[in-house]
Amino acid sequence: MSGHLNDSHSSDSPPDIQPGSSRRHFISRLAAISAGLTVAAPLSRSATTTEGTVLEGESPKQGTEGSLVEISFKVNGHRQKLKMDPRVTLLDTIRDRLDLTGTKKGCDRGACGACTVHINGRRVLSCLTLALMAQGEEITTVEGLAEGDELHPVQAAFISCDGFQCGYCTPGQIMSAVGCINEGHTKSDTEIQEFMSGNLCRCGAYPNIVDAIKMAAAQMKAGG
Amino acid sequence: MRTFIYKVPSSIREATSEFGQNSDFVAGGTTLIDLMKLEVMTPSQLVDINRLPLRGIEWSSEGLRIGALEKMSDVAECPEVVTNYPVISQALLKSASAQLRNMASMGGNLLQRTRCGYFRDVSTPCNKRQPGSGCPAIDGWNRTHAILGTSSSCVATHPSDLAVALVALDASILLQSGNNGRLVKLDDFYQVPGETPDKENQLKPGELITEIRVPRLPWAQRSAYLKIRDRESYEFALASVALALDVDANNVRDARVAVGGVGTKPWNLPKVQDALIGKPLSQSTFEAAAKLAAEGAKPLRYNAFKVELVQRTIVRALMNLGGLA
Repeated sequence: MSGHLNDSHSSDSPPDIQPGSSRRHFISRLAAISAGLTVAAPLSRSATTTEGTVLEGESPKQGTEGSLVEISFKVNGHRQKLKMDPRVTLLDTIRDRLDLTGTKKGCDRGACGACTVHINGRRVLSCLTLALMAQGEEITTVEGLAEGDELHPVQAAFISCDGFQCGYCTPGQIMSAVGCINEGHTKSDTEIQEFMSGNLCRCGAYPNIVDAIKMAAAQMKAGG
Repeated sequence: MRTFIYKVPSSIREATSEFGQNSDFVAGGTTLIDLMKLEVMTPSQLVDINRLPLRGIEWSSEGLRIGALEKMSDVAECPEVVTNYPVISQALLKSASAQLRNMASMGGNLLQRTRCGYFRDVSTPCNKRQPGSGCPAIDGWNRTHAILGTSSSCVATHPSDLAVALVALDASILLQSGNNGRLVKLDDFYQVPGETPDKENQLKPGELITEIRVPRLPWAQRSAYLKIRDRESYEFALASVALALDVDANNVRDARVAVGGVGTKPWNLPKVQDALIGKPLSQSTFEAAAKLAAEGAKPLRYNAFKVELVQRTIVRALMNLGGLA
């Protein structure tokens, strides 16, 4: 069951991938190729303009490390300490540094909700949060919802109600749905629609998403 | 995104002294991080104010005081706000999305930048972003732009719903810099663009909004925010109205009316208020009063529909709140 929500290789992989090569590996190879083509200019600019970015209470660092800052927070219960460029968003940190690729990058401008995570239990957009701004906080991503092999009621309900088609928006929908239920905004279909409006689904799975949220809300209320 | 230095002060005094040339304060970051990615805003230093003691929602005999760092979502659901100023709660809940409302601060909401597509696109001229470079919106794609308070330099709308509600309620904001503070009426705080659209408000460099104060207005318990937009949720206003109505039998005893989505700043409508006071609750009274909202409107090629829309929005809000709908 959980395979539907899993990002790893399954039988739906494109045919041109060699056996044993995962979809993620394929995508990361593509990303590396395109990054090599596009990143050169911004990097050279930052090398000339960086002037020792520091956090309060730290002394400026010199040389190539001058622009890095130390960040510490908890992700899905695990303490993470990272040295990074202050410009990096929480979204890119989660995906690229911590390899938690369940959280998706959609618009990267705060318009689509695909990157929704929880900070201290509240749903927020990780694309508009600098990793620095989450210093000391507790972050939960879609990977942190399940208890071992037991899916979170919202994850299970999305599968039962077929609350997705392509699945790209699904991690954001699920994180937002957990927030919506915890906030108590599930009293009617209209209320669910209103409080889920920050999560776009281009496949149009909205009716099934609303059904899934109602099912999960009832279960969670019953202590399920 | 350009590089920047990041500071995290723990007092207002420290925040002010850290604030240097080309600095920006950051709270929720929902406007600023977005515009930094687009390179519309390019601060060389960010001063993170989230550790400053600017929280709390206090309801007293004088009215409502809201700490500038309170989140939109918390204020929207605060029982005292819902009961005493439904227009504030509704304006907040009709803004952005649940996630953004959990992030964005009340002070930051009031300082959010316009959604004008030319302002947000650094490959085009924009007098607000680059003074003197020109305004392509005036002869360009201006369907969402302003009809009130415009100039030959700028026709961008102010995007905040909250600000419209607060202006209708005659709210003030406390501005602080170091140990100095000043209280400014929100309506006076915002400026029309004139020849200087880059100057949007009275805020001085290094000055912070620290508190919002809404005077007590018992009859604001009968107030509402009506927002008309291209889609029903998660969209900026084409036209909106913040309305409070004091009703005596079948007459309007007092009223507060301000509109959004049509002005270069939140647009207070004292003439519409005056035209309502003492008049019977009726559709014809409402229509006559709403006509005054469009006085001085300068429609552009694609936004002329807003002249009619803003009047109908006011009438519908009055019908709803007056119990005639």
